[in-house]
Amino acid sequence: MKLKYFAWVRERIGKAEEIVEPPAEVRTVGELIRWLAARDDGYAHAFEKPTVIRAAIDHAHVKPDAVISGAREIAFFPPMTGG
Amino acid sequence: MTVTATIRIQQADFDVAQEIAALSKGRTDVGAVVSFSGICRGSEQGEPIAALTLEHYPGMAEAEIARHADDALARWPLQGLTIIHRFGRIAPGENIVLVVTASAHRQAAFEAAEFLMDYLKTNAPFWKREESARGTNWIEAQDHDDAAAARWTKS
Repeated sequence: MKLKYFAWVRERIGKAEEIVEPPAEVRTVGELIRWLAARDDGYAHAFEKPTVIRAAIDHAHVKPDAVISGAREIAFFPPMTGG
Repeated sequence: MTVTATIRIQQADFDVAQEIAALSKGRTDVGAVVSFSGICRGSEQGEPIAALTLEHYPGMAEAEIARHADDALARWPLQGLTIIHRFGRIAPGENIVLVVTASAHRQAAFEAAEFLMDYLKTNAPFWKREESARGTNWIEAQDHDDAAAARWTKS
């Protein structure tokens, strides 16, 4: 699946997008965050406060308990500050 | 007649007067047009800023704004709706966002415009970064914006 990162999540990870294949036991958005945070210091920094991180699956907002199976694109970003 | 919202996500500036006129020109069923313009301030928390840069999530920004536009059209009797949100570097005094609502009467136009702005602030995937003498910083989301959006939730 494709992952996309925005704002300071993107800056801390050091890339805007990537393709990942998480193991089968990673089933939800929250579990994906924990799996990513264990990859290296940049990911750990980006996801150090998981409750602050917002996520979207295929362009729609989702909660941490959302199931990732079948997702084409998952995005992680800080709370939005547009408008 | 089915009303379709005009939604544009763009780097270029827009003409507020022209967008307002477009919703009422040549019609006699529109009795009220409300517009909200969000403009880049020259200071953030008392510190002068040189500019804002707005990052957005292409694809989702359009989809999310369209969902809220559909909600507004279902909730209020609107005859026209235009939403424009800019991205990229924006200098103090420049436009950032525009919501224009047209209806037969003012209450629907006022309420729908406020509802849309409250939701754009908290749900549209845009992020502001300020440039100042101290460097660049991501602007933090405000709790009062979440509270403003929450009051529209139907109980």
